Amino acid sequence: MSAASAPARPRVGLFATCLVDLIRPSVGFAAANLIEQAGCEVVVPPQTCCGQPAFNNGDRATARDLALQAIDAFQGVDYVVAPSGSCAGQLKKHVPELFAGEPDLSRRADAFAAKVFELVTFLVDVRGMTSVQARFDGVVTYHDSCAGLRELGVKAQPRKLLESVQGLTIAEMKDPDVCCGFGGTFAVKYGEISDAIVAKKADNVVAAGAGTLLAGDLGCLMNMAGKLQREGRPVRVRHVAEVLAGMGEEPAIGEPTRGE
Amino acid sequence: MTAHFTSPAFKENAHQALHDPALQRALGNVESGFIAKRRKAADKLPEFEALRDSARDIKNHTLAHLDLYLEAYEAKVTAAGGHVHFAPTAEDASKIVTDICRRVGARTVAKGKSMISEEIELNAHLEAAGVKPIETDLGEYIIQLRGERPSHIVAPVIHLNRDQIESDFRRVHSDLPAERDLHAPESLLAEARGVLRKRFLEADVGITGANFLVAETGTSIIVTNEGNGDLSQTLPRVHIVLASIEKLVPTLEDASQMLRVLARSATGQEISVYTTFSTGPRRAGDVDGPEEYHVVLLDNGRSAMLAGEFREMLRCIRCAACMNHCPVYHAVGGHAYGWVYPGPMGSVLSPSLIGVDKAGHLPNASTFCGRCESVCPVRIPLPKLMRHWREREFERHLSPATVRSGLRLWGFFARRPRLYRLATRTAMGALALLGRRKGRFRSLPLAGGWTATRDFAAPEGSTFQAQWAARKDRA
Repeated sequence: MSAASAPARPRVGLFATCLVDLIRPSVGFAAANLIEQAGCEVVVPPQTCCGQPAFNNGDRATARDLALQAIDAFQGVDYVVAPSGSCAGQLKKHVPELFAGEPDLSRRADAFAAKVFELVTFLVDVRGMTSVQARFDGVVTYHDSCAGLRELGVKAQPRKLLESVQGLTIAEMKDPDVCCGFGGTFAVKYGEISDAIVAKKADNVVAAGAGTLLAGDLGCLMNMAGKLQREGRPVRVRHVAEVLAGMGEEPAIGEPTRGE
Repeated sequence: MTAHFTSPAFKENAHQALHDPALQRALGNVESGFIAKRRKAADKLPEFEALRDSARDIKNHTLAHLDLYLEAYEAKVTAAGGHVHFAPTAEDASKIVTDICRRVGARTVAKGKSMISEEIELNAHLEAAGVKPIETDLGEYIIQLRGERPSHIVAPVIHLNRDQIESDFRRVHSDLPAERDLHAPESLLAEARGVLRKRFLEADVGITGANFLVAETGTSIIVTNEGNGDLSQTLPRVHIVLASIEKLVPTLEDASQMLRVLARSATGQEISVYTTFSTGPRRAGDVDGPEEYHVVLLDNGRSAMLAGEFREMLRCIRCAACMNHCPVYHAVGGHAYGWVYPGPMGSVLSPSLIGVDKAGHLPNASTFCGRCESVCPVRIPLPKLMRHWREREFERHLSPATVRSGLRLWGFFARRPRLYRLATRTAMGALALLGRRKGRFRSLPLAGGWTATRDFAAPEGSTFQAQWAARKDRA
């Protein structure tokens, strides 16, 4: 469904992504909060994974099963929104490839893909959001995760919303658009190369002089946070949605949870 | 394959490369040099993106009618007095070249830069036949001095630092006075030129590659920045052009469009310093040029690619923009890939030419960041093609057992949302408890590749889906 024909209060299916679901649920709540601020109703259909690990490891059969599972689960919503350029890219760009040449499934896959959006581009490009009501006192630097940047054009939108956060300053790092070395299972399969790439990224992050590193993909964020923390670098790492939703005071990625 | 073929040991190669300080220093030049220059050249040309589309379309059209263009090209070369030899395999191509050298009694051969020569191991074949190959491109010349292989398809010695090259020159050019300054690249070039000039004049045969072959006219085109290609092909009695079949373009007009994207993508130049067209041998009245003109057209697996899902790879014009922009190439350099073609283009092409069973690491050693595709002048979807190789590997059970069993286990749960929610809620709860005090893990079973050098964030607690459901129940 296109934005023009969407109802006044569209129903958005939040695709939390498996990493957010398992590791950092607070990003899911931040995303839900922002989607509601953008005038939408949020539902969370039963979900597991977008299938990208299977797809990128050559296991098309599993990728197809998971794609169909997601297509079925998100049937009744106007939009599917994910706080990840990588997972949204899988659902929007690659799911249709999986059913090319199969007219019925292809039609369903295309209709599904058309309603999939990465969180921040959904807020800005689809819902016309120009600012958020949030405060964050500090300097942040923003890493452009690869799939979001190159498959979905996520670049100006997060910066635009961050500029509206009170007390926040953006200090760009060198090469913000260069890969952090995560690459999904690449980070484990070729750990040594992945580490060499993230080491460069960590240097650029630290040189930017920001106290907080933000990005829109939890995989990349965990990779960069893991490197910065192992090296004892004083940079806190968060998903951009946390700051935009005013949750920037909660423990950052890899920090102990409070109390309990 | 050969002694230089080490693709199956990619991981060990990469390990060594990452611990080689000189190499790491040299690799810094790739990132600092090529990228900014290409960006600047592209930004200066308003129609650059449209030219990329056009370059892609020209190549697609040519590949769709390659048989016709090859025939047309052959007819034109023959009409100009040249000879075209089709070589189905690498061995065939080497044999055709060495036979020509033998027939004309060649002792030395002056060579322009050619990756096809590397692919068919021509130098080893020539030497076995008693013919001495002399590389005349400065980078290739240095490679030959060192007994190495190029680590980059445009800049063969990008893995070396200036001081290393200087000491090679002093070792081999033993008559050099110690006070002679060889610090600037220009002085190295001048020194090589002085030595090579004699070799050009002595050479019986000149061998060059080709950047493009023009069907309309039977012309081969090479671009260089040193002019060595011109000398290699005009001074010796015999000129052999060594090229693969996908170098064809229909017309000179098409070739000129391709040249506009090639130099900008490769080195950020508007056009290379020398662009040389050659069509057949010396004609009556020509002041120079070879007496014999041969073109050896190599297939070596390419016509099989034409019919399959890797066809788009045949658009490649060898500009090296993909490797120049690749974070993995930046980290490990070209030799780690273990065969002639490094970086993203090699990760697609090498499995096609030598088999995915041997080159299987290469298409996997990518983060799929997509930067290669974003700069490719002929818009080859390199990550997609690497993914196709991963699919072939998965089908043939060539992927590592740990990856396969990990995927199978994860797939089992991911296909069963209810079971997944139960299992993950329990598992994440337990992991969160374990990691609560620190908020992260310094080591995790099965994730040693990660946790050897990076912490791994502990889960916050219960899963998002469990927390969301609980919140809805309360509401």
